Amino acid sequence: MMYFDSFHAVMTMEGHGVYVWTAYMVAIGVIAIVLIAPTRRRKRILQQLAGELRRAQHASGSSAVKGR
Amino acid sequence: MWSLFHKLGSPPWLYAISGAILRWLLPITLIALAVGLVWGLLFTPADFRQGNSYRIIYIHVPAAVVALAGYYIMAVAGAVNLIWRMKMADVAMKAAAPIGAAFTFLALFTGAVWGKPTWGAWWVWDARVTSMLILLFLYLGVMALYEAFDNKEAAGKACAVLSLVGMVNIPIIYKSVDWWYSLHQPASIKLTGESTIDSSMLYPLLLMIMVFYALFTCCLLLNMRAELLQRESRTQWVKRLAAEEGVV
Repeated sequence: MMYFDSFHAVMTMEGHGVYVWTAYMVAIGVIAIVLIAPTRRRKRILQQLAGELRRAQHASGSSAVKGR
Repeated sequence: MWSLFHKLGSPPWLYAISGAILRWLLPITLIALAVGLVWGLLFTPADFRQGNSYRIIYIHVPAAVVALAGYYIMAVAGAVNLIWRMKMADVAMKAAAPIGAAFTFLALFTGAVWGKPTWGAWWVWDARVTSMLILLFLYLGVMALYEAFDNKEAAGKACAVLSLVGMVNIPIIYKSVDWWYSLHQPASIKLTGESTIDSSMLYPLLLMIMVFYALFTCCLLLNMRAELLQRESRTQWVKRLAAEEGVV
């Protein structure tokens, strides 16, 4: 059973709504950051490396691929 | 046992196994997080004394629990690196610090937002609150110290020593509500004896604690994977991976 009987009651929470909602929103924000930041960093590293590899291949032409 | 130890030291193996774990752990964790948040927000009864402000407990307590657990992980990884020179332990230590800092910040922030309607103040220089603030500074200190060194091996050692010295703070945090006269309430959940929290509030709280542990694990693995690629960027397996996955 839901504790609140209206949308208004959910938002205000008998005067505590501001505090509770602030805490929950900040929590969701922090969790999103700690999950997204390393994912983006990993992708960025792979893309950067792929770019370097492509350039190395172009530079060496038909000869053997240099490490970097 | 030794073969597992050996594998743990192998970056490509660690990268592959962490990817396989994350593929099922991350979705389950996010679903459980959504369930826990809605449960705590809407479906639990209000506290008879604190009213609805107590709903912050479903974030505050799990965040604090995991902030402490994260410190153990960081310090133990640091010790393993110091003693056995295990490179992967250094990766784990470096990966744990920012997540621990994030969860400690969350515990402090939600504590402040909870303190205002309950204690009448955003911040008090109470033993529990102050020792948690020190925990945040320890995490930030490890992160800053790591960046301060050009030689990453020296950085790992220095950070390991700092995190081990910082372990002194952990029992102080645990015992602060018993040792000092404190505004902060003592633990409601007890492993031995009766918990002083009703089951209608206890179950969602236990769920959220488990969710936060899982979140920490996911973040740790994600951070370690990025760090592994960075450190191993000159090796063949990373180059192969970049050729396969790095194309935009």
